[in-house]
Amino acid sequence: MTTASVPAVHAAGLHKSFGTGKSFGKVHAVRGLDLTVQPGEVVAFLGPNGAGKTTTIDMILGLSAPDQGSVSIFGHTPRGAIARGQVAAVMQTGGLLRDISVRETVQLNAAMFDSSRPVDEVLARAGILEIADRKVEKCSGGQQQRLRFAMALVSDPGLLILDEPTTGMDVAGRRDFWTAIRTDAQRGRTVIFATHYLDEADAYADRIVLVRQGSIVADGTAAQIKNLASGRTVKASLPAADRGLLAGMPPAESVDYDGGRLTVRTGDSDAVVRFLLNNTGAHDVEVTANNLEEAFVALTGDDAVPGSTQDTFEGDLV
Amino acid sequence: MSTATVRQERKPSAGGVNRTFLWIEIKRMLRNRRTIMFTVFMPAVFFFIFGLSNKDKLLPNGHSYGQYILISLTVYAAMTAATGAGSQVAVERAQGWSRQLRLTPLLPGAYIAVKAMAALTLSLVAVVAQFIIGALAGVTMDAGTWLTAGLAAWLGSLVFAALGLFVGYLMPSQNVMQILGPVLAILAMLGGLFMPIEIMGETFGNIAKFTPAYGIGQLARSPITGEFDWAWTVNVFTWLAIFVAGAAMAFRRDTKRV
Repeated sequence: MTTASVPAVHAAGLHKSFGTGKSFGKVHAVRGLDLTVQPGEVVAFLGPNGAGKTTTIDMILGLSAPDQGSVSIFGHTPRGAIARGQVAAVMQTGGLLRDISVRETVQLNAAMFDSSRPVDEVLARAGILEIADRKVEKCSGGQQQRLRFAMALVSDPGLLILDEPTTGMDVAGRRDFWTAIRTDAQRGRTVIFATHYLDEADAYADRIVLVRQGSIVADGTAAQIKNLASGRTVKASLPAADRGLLAGMPPAESVDYDGGRLTVRTGDSDAVVRFLLNNTGAHDVEVTANNLEEAFVALTGDDAVPGSTQDTFEGDLV
Repeated sequence: MSTATVRQERKPSAGGVNRTFLWIEIKRMLRNRRTIMFTVFMPAVFFFIFGLSNKDKLLPNGHSYGQYILISLTVYAAMTAATGAGSQVAVERAQGWSRQLRLTPLLPGAYIAVKAMAALTLSLVAVVAQFIIGALAGVTMDAGTWLTAGLAAWLGSLVFAALGLFVGYLMPSQNVMQILGPVLAILAMLGGLFMPIEIMGETFGNIAKFTPAYGIGQLARSPITGEFDWAWTVNVFTWLAIFVAGAAMAFRRDTKRV
């Protein structure tokens, strides 16, 4: 990564709370979030609902002001970057006038910028040129989402932010939408997308940022996240008297013994199973594969203890 | 990293009023059947019901009934048109369009200016339509009267464009006009647009003088009454100031919250 380039996004120490504490109490939606995205990266902002993804995106776009912290986009304030057409966003819902046509919507958006891409070019790139004369209210959810994408393209922004762009789309709609985004990203646009779908983050991002309860719990390439989750878990019943024998077991990531049940996380489950069966009284052996979903749940689940997960995984990832 | 990401520094867009925006706004309003019903059809029906049969009679105050009712209903049509146009911001907020616009260089002031211009376009349509209907029905006035009355009704509607914006930013409703419609009818009545305030009785007559449609109505009818009072102008500008201030306040509150 070149150090000379201005980051596409630089967010430092973002905090945001909602509610004044009168009747609903204070919701601390974002707590100390730092994020730097370099030009050309495609970043998935992955986390469960309520993790603070949309709140963070709103602050990056300048739609809401952080309680603490700062945001810059290509070295400008969010408002300055918007005025320069350097950032655009595809929001989850809304943002469309129902009573005008698809083409008029893009024309209107383009008219706000001093220079913009030709309307038909943008419609074609979003794959909606053939429905350009259709009223927005007659468009399907997927078509409306591609219209939002077309609107985002008019200023030819260096940074495109998508907030859960495929929520409510069917499988084919999601696939078509991502094909359009991917084709576009190959031209070198920086893309940040929020999602709670693991497969989307896995398939379309170069880098995955896992958020939970308003802060980042893991940050790495999709491959790194997968490595983290690779390996298998071996479970077996083991007589307490045999616990001393485990000292001779092949090295494992973690070994837990609780209530007569042994749990071993390992990259080489065959060796562990062979050892347990040959050298100990282990029985009822189960072997399960870890997957991205398990890592996701472990890192972002509500029962995960903040800090502890970060301590465990940050070293591997960051 | 692709070279396509290397971008030369761009200039910020001006974000001012632009023709495409204004034109699409006007098209949207003229395509809206409900708007046209409120601004052209309904005042026309009122004129046929209340004005047509009596158009050659004289009012108790000695003026032509036909002229009086036509000008008054034209003011009513213009104010309904402008309020309706302004209140569309409520619909646009509900649809998330205002939020979307905040992701463009458009300045908030330019948005308000376009809304006001679109409202004036619609109220001009209302004024012209009403006058054509009146003329076809046989109401005659001299050119100066048509012009003065028309200009007063048209420009006075700016007060109600501001009212529409004010209420549009204040209320979350998609159907803001369903609430504003009856309010406008009451204001029109109190402003002497449905009947001369002289026949309302003293108490109502005194209250009427301080309501927002009164000044515009009096000014628009001044060519036929031959009267003029600075208090009417003060009435118009005071209400304009109140509604503009209200709209600005509600707008600021709105953008803070979103």
